[in-house]
This record gives sequence, structure tokens and C-alpha cells, in this order.
Amino acid sequence: MQMTLTINGQDHSVEAPAATLLVEVLRDQLGLTGTHIGCDTSQCGACNVLIDGAAVKACTVLAAQAQGAQVTTIEGLGSTDALHPMQQAFREAHGLQCGFCTPGMVMAGMEMVRKHGTKLTPELVTHELEGNLCRCTGYINIVKAIVAGAAAMEAQNA
Amino acid sequence: MRDFALHRPASVSAATAAFAGTDGEAAYLAGGHTLIPAMKSRLRMPDALVDLTGLGLSGISKEGDRLWIGATTLHADVATGASVIPGLACLAAGIGDAQVRNRGTIGGSIANNDPAADYPAAALALDAVIETDRGSFAADDFFQGMFTTALAESEIITRVGFAIPQQSSYAKFRHPASRYAMVGVYVARHAGGWRVAVTGAGTGVFRWTDVEAALNAGSDTAGLVLAADDLNSDIHASAEYRAHLCGVMLKQALATLA
Repeated sequence: MQMTLTINGQDHSVEAPAATLLVEVLRDQLGLTGTHIGCDTSQCGACNVLIDGAAVKACTVLAAQAQGAQVTTIEGLGSTDALHPMQQAFREAHGLQCGFCTPGMVMAGMEMVRKHGTKLTPELVTHELEGNLCRCTGYINIVKAIVAGAAAMEAQNA
Repeated sequence: MRDFALHRPASVSAATAAFAGTDGEAAYLAGGHTLIPAMKSRLRMPDALVDLTGLGLSGISKEGDRLWIGATTLHADVATGASVIPGLACLAAGIGDAQVRNRGTIGGSIANNDPAADYPAAALALDAVIETDRGSFAADDFFQGMFTTALAESEIITRVGFAIPQQSSYAKFRHPASRYAMVGVYVARHAGGWRVAVTGAGTGVFRWTDVEAALNAGSDTAGLVLAADDLNSDIHASAEYRAHLCGVMLKQALATLA
């Protein structure tokens, strides 16, 4: 079927079967490979993207369901030269080792700021990260990164 | 996932027409967080999906002594918008994870009637009315065992009305990976008496009538244990373990009434 998706502010016309997942269109058709597929069973959160600002698992959303909405992927947050404050915080806090889960973790951090504002506590972040799995870091630095990233977003907006 | 025809109607009548007009098996799609995983594993292979999210069935409103929640209202929105029933808001905030709660819907959960889902316990304990495009059901009549409800073929839940209790609370022991309830107990104190519903433990949600009677009589519930005979036993927990968990979750729920 023919569908029009708005990804990172840009409209894309896509021809794909109705059964195509959002993450498949992002990666396979649009080359936006920053969104990862970890488990494909909505457990790990590596495929998190924002739909109209809310974090969702792109492996469990049909591409066609995202029509008419604003989809933001990790590529739409910042660039290599100008990282988003949440990305920069992951870099500074060493919130990653292999990096596979990182795009989803960054998006989870964005979701926490959307829901709870920029003053996050480690306890809250730890709880809110339940939908994201990391198999390297032990999460400690990821939690630090999200707390710092949220604070940096506050500073940026101040 | 096998391909299918996708319909995205804008009205309830168009949705039922698309469902009825399908050559083969049709299925309704709301948040898709149960259906899409089931389709990926080919447990379900519908020929057509009818998306219900464009029907305008979202929203929360208090009418008299009931809190009405539209069928396609997200778990995340119930978690923040159902504060008049703190136990229900708390239940919604504990479904899945943050991302799942941004897609999953109350109508989808209730229509699916997974024996380990959370909402059926709230619906039963809060004496809910389940309104559809062609009538309404009392929760007591609606849930009919594992994945089975009173809904007719192509019938669509439009909204769910929960009786606002004096106090209520939900406690669940979560499966650590799926976050479904190994056992969940919803306790509600209404003007007309207590209602206690158990999910996760049996083949479908059920009322724990012994506990209701004890609470109504003002007697101690500590000694009440569910018979394990009819409870689920699987690789995650034996029936005896679940029976014990029911007592533990009951105690937790009673200790956190709000």
C-alpha cells in the first residue's frame, strides 16, 4: 500500500505491504538505521522512536499506523556536529558500552522529560527505564546520563 | 507477519462494515500491542485489520457515580487522568512499560480478556459497565474465561464505565519479563459492599467471593486461601504458588487502599 510518513519533519512517500512495521520502513526503506531492532518482541526498547513526541516501540507499530503523525528518530534529535543535550549527556557520562541500546535509551530519556520535566531523580529514571534493556553497562551510567541530559535540556531552554 | 488488508475507518458504522465485509478473518486493531506480537508469531493471521483509533473513542469523563473511559484511551492517559479512582490510575501506570502504555488501550485489553491482563480485574471489582456499539454488559457477565467475552462477532467496545468506589487498590506480582500479572488482586469498597477480583491466577478473571463476604462481615481475611485446584500452573509458577500469591497480593491491596 501507498503511505505518507512524516519522519524528522520530512514527508516520505513509501510503498510497502500493510504488514510492514514502522521500524522496517525506517531502516530498510529510508536508511535510518539509528533505530535498532533488538528483540522484535517489544521487550528491549532499542527501536524506540517518538510519535507525536511520545516514545513507542517501532517494532510493534505498523508503518501505516504512523501516517498523519510526526515521527522522530534518533537521527532527528541531533547531528554528529551538534548533538542533542540528551545525546551529549550519554557521551559525557559514558552511558554506553557497545552502543546498541543507546538510541532507544536516548528516546526513553526524552519520554521521561516529556512526562516528568527536566528535574529527574535517579530513582524515577531507574523505574521509567523498565522498558529498555542494556546488556553491557549495568545501567548506572545510563541513569546518570538521563538525569544530566534532562538538566541540560532545562539549561538550554533557560 | 503475513500481509493483510488494512482499513482505517472514521466511524463506528464504517468499522463494523469493513469487518463484516472481509472475505476471511477480520480483526480489530487498537494499540496493537497484543495483536501485532501475536501476528508476528503467526498465532493470528487475519486477512484484514480494521484500525479503531480513528473513531474518536478516546477520553475520560466523570458522569454521576461512574468514571467513563473511552475504548481507545491509552494506558498512559488513564494513569494520569483517572485520579478520581487512584487504584485504577495506579493499575494503568503499572501495565507493561512506558512505551507500551503509550500505545496500548483499555478497550483492547478488555476485549482481549487475557487471563493475566490487569484491566479485567479493575472492571470486575469496580462493577464496570462495558458499553458497545450495540448495547452494554455488566462486567460480571462480560468476562467468560480465557480470551473469551460476551462480545458478538464484529461488536466494538465504545467505552467502559467504572463505579467510583469509596476506596480501592490493586496489587500485582508481575512476571519480570512480560510484566503481565502472575497474580493481581483488585480490592474495592463500594457503598453496597466489597468487590474483590483476581487476575493472572486462573483461566480468567474471577471474583474472590470468600474474601468479599469476610470484608462485608468485618472479619479477618488473613486465613482465607484460594483452593489451588482451579488455578494456573505453568513454567513460571505452580498453582500452589499462585494460590499463596493471591493471599499476599490481597494483603498488599488492603494495606494500600486509597
